[in-house]
Amino acid sequence: MTPLSSYMILSAIVFVTGVVGVLIRRNIIMILLSIELMLNATNINFVAFSYYLDNVAGQVFVFFALTVAAAEVAVGLAIIIALYRGKATIAAEELNLMKW
Amino acid sequence: MGSLSFLYFGTVIVLTAILVVALRKPVSSVIALLVMFFHIAGLFVTLHAEFLAAVQLIVYAGAILVLYLFVVMLLNVKEDDSYQRQFRLGMGLGLVALAEVVYIVSAAGLPEEPVREPATTAVSAGNTETVGRALYTTYLFPFEVASLILLVAMIGAIFMAKKGMMGQETPKAVQAVESK
Amino acid sequence: MKYALIPLLPFAAFLIIGLFGHWIRERAHWIAVPAVGISFLLSAWIFTEVAKGEPIHVTLYSWIASGAFTVDIGLYIDRLTAAMLLLVTVVSGLVHVYTIGYMHGEPGYARFFAYVALFTFSMLMLVMADNFLQLYVFWEAVGLCSYLLIGHWYERKTACDAATKAFIVNRVGDFGFGLGVMLIFVVFGTLQYDQVFAHAVLIEGQTINLLKPLGGEWPVAVMTVICLLLFAGAVGKSAQVPLHVWLPDAMEGPTPISALIHAATMVTAGVFMVARLAPLYNLSPAAMDVVAVTGGVTALFAATIALTQNDIKRVVAWSTVSQLGYMMMACGLGAYVAGIYHLLTHGAFKALLFLCCGSVIIALHHEQDMRRMGGLKDRMPITYWTMLIGALTLSGVPLTAGFFSKDVILVSAWSAGTLGKTLAMVGLVTAFLTAFYSFRLLFVAFWGESRVDPHHAPHIHEPSPTMTVPLLILAALSIFTGYLGIPGFIEPVLPGPDEMAVPHEGPAATGIMLLATLMGLGGIATAYIVYVKSPGLPDRLAQQWREAYALSFNKWYVDELYDRTIVQPTVALANGLWKIVDVEVIDGMVNGVGAATVLWGRALRLVQSGEVQHYALAMALGAVAILGMYLLLLTL
Repeated sequence: MTPLSSYMILSAIVFVTGVVGVLIRRNIIMILLSIELMLNATNINFVAFSYYLDNVAGQVFVFFALTVAAAEVAVGLAIIIALYRGKATIAAEELNLMKW
Repeated sequence: MGSLSFLYFGTVIVLTAILVVALRKPVSSVIALLVMFFHIAGLFVTLHAEFLAAVQLIVYAGAILVLYLFVVMLLNVKEDDSYQRQFRLGMGLGLVALAEVVYIVSAAGLPEEPVREPATTAVSAGNTETVGRALYTTYLFPFEVASLILLVAMIGAIFMAKKGMMGQETPKAVQAVESK
Repeated sequence: MKYALIPLLPFAAFLIIGLFGHWIRERAHWIAVPAVGISFLLSAWIFTEVAKGEPIHVTLYSWIASGAFTVDIGLYIDRLTAAMLLLVTVVSGLVHVYTIGYMHGEPGYARFFAYVALFTFSMLMLVMADNFLQLYVFWEAVGLCSYLLIGHWYERKTACDAATKAFIVNRVGDFGFGLGVMLIFVVFGTLQYDQVFAHAVLIEGQTINLLKPLGGEWPVAVMTVICLLLFAGAVGKSAQVPLHVWLPDAMEGPTPISALIHAATMVTAGVFMVARLAPLYNLSPAAMDVVAVTGGVTALFAATIALTQNDIKRVVAWSTVSQLGYMMMACGLGAYVAGIYHLLTHGAFKALLFLCCGSVIIALHHEQDMRRMGGLKDRMPITYWTMLIGALTLSGVPLTAGFFSKDVILVSAWSAGTLGKTLAMVGLVTAFLTAFYSFRLLFVAFWGESRVDPHHAPHIHEPSPTMTVPLLILAALSIFTGYLGIPGFIEPVLPGPDEMAVPHEGPAATGIMLLATLMGLGGIATAYIVYVKSPGLPDRLAQQWREAYALSFNKWYVDELYDRTIVQPTVALANGLWKIVDVEVIDGMVNGVGAATVLWGRALRLVQSGEVQHYALAMALGAVAILGMYLLLLTL
């Protein structure tokens, strides 16, 4: 059987990939997509632990994480559309009104 | 047998994850993500979480990705020219983080084998029934709250995406694009 | 409580005039003069009490009680103090009366009386002090009053400068004085006169190693160190060389206070202190030698300068310095009685001389240069005759009080060993010079043709009785104080050092008396020849002895020396400290803190780029760093 640590490392790789994606993509939509990667990585982790510790709570958590991810995507994309209406751009660098 | 499937699923998951981040065209990234979702579902099945695998496919692959595709098409997102300026720093950071996690995991002393032989449990109750039982008894309150979250998200999304509700007229560039 | 009233009445006068001067104004003398008058009557009464019986010692008030350090405010009145009380109250009273005429119509009238009353209070408390701390406090207080009164006409820059100079030079001496008081406390554990005197003999053998901080060896007797430090204060207060420079400049103040403070009372505080602390000085021959030599040098030095001065008040001022030198010399040679005797007579005739100068100044509308006077003796007879009496006394002409007191000094000096004999000769030379310059002043100002400004010439007349009556009283005192038997009165209180015997009879004494008289009369005759008989002679002599004349006229360039070596470096240091240390360093540091904050702010604000991905990078960086540190700590 594959040891638990393998699942953890797999999850870590996907998570880090997601983080790097947030940091290097210039498109807001791609940033949101990278966030989805991170969420999925944690899901893998939870399910692996749930299996290995024989506790269903992990899966229940994944259930809720899924819910929240869906809600977040909906709202996030709505914001992007509203932003696009305002500035006709979705490049992250152009959205710098908080600049000093 | 088990490890073989893990090896296959794991490799594809990693590859597609990297593709999502690395590809320039947004649509290509979304397709790669779709492939990744399928393999994650497969991974869930090998972990005897069939219900979750199904939900993953329905919600993620079926709803969320479709939503993404809608928005990409709607906004006619162009190809990215290049990566962000902090590309090297981000990559370095990622590698360091990965190294740290690997170190932790290897030193942690996690269990090799699952606690109980899964074959016996499959007979007593199916995965769906177990999850359902937990969801409606112990975790009932969070379940109801989750429904509220979805309600709020829906209202918020409608509200924000409506035309002119943010108090600003669409700029001329957007009008030009949308009138085409 | 009558003892306490003596100083408290003038103090009350000061408070009343000081607080209500705005409404009192030209009626201020109605408060000040009676206060001093009653003080005088009380002093006279106490004088008779003390003369008959024992000294009086009362403790008025427990001032400091801090562990082992206790100081009370008390009054100690013995014969010496009683005599000083009389001197102070008499001269102060006469000066008060004189001021009514002198300062008539001036805007600062009330303020002047207030400060003079304060001064009288301080001086009385000084002479009646029974412990060193009280002495020190009122020592400083009279210095303060001197500053306030010299600078009375504060709109004039020269007056303010003179007041500051007096205060600062005094401060130099008072620094040594303070150290002396502290040393007394360290050595004796108490500051009361009687206790210190009782224990003084016990520390005769003790020494202090003066070079200890530098790792060397120079043991000096503790008593000598104490006496010298205290004497430093006397050098400042009594205008001895080298701290004499303030007294001539103090003539910027009104003439009445020149008479009161800088002739009769404040400057004599130094001499009084040496005499009061005679039990201590008797135990330190080295210190006494220093005192004597300082006195002798001062006497001669000041007399040489008085020969050429043209301002009449300056002549009298340098004369005061010279006579103070005489008194110090006497005390230093163990003849405290002689010193105090001369102090008392000098108080009378020097005050007289100053007040006469004041009378002349008022009559000639504030003219002080003797080259623009002359021929006044017929126009101002009272002033002339009283001034003549004062000059005769100062020159030590027989039958005047000055003759008796100066004679006692010279005789006592002669019998005090080799040093005494040398100083006695110095004293005789000085006597000649004293007579010369006193009569130079008289002849040039009052005799001959009038060189007065034609505008003022017709208006010269005697001043009002408030000014002339004090002159007459002082003139009488100048003669009669010689016949009161003061030395015999004071002698029991002021014993000299054990090995000194003072023969007042014998061939040596008579010889000295004759020599002194000769010197005095010789000086008068020389002045007559030079200034009356041969009109062009002074100028020819000045031309012939040009360098000596310049040296004398410019006060031996002491002021210039101090200016170059002390004043200018100090001013340069102050400027340097101001411009570099204060403005650049300290203000730089304070402003630098602000500037640094601004710079940091400017640098840090660049972090706020407004781009979300930069913030995300920062968060990720932070998380990775913390995790890394945690892991490092775990492994180490």
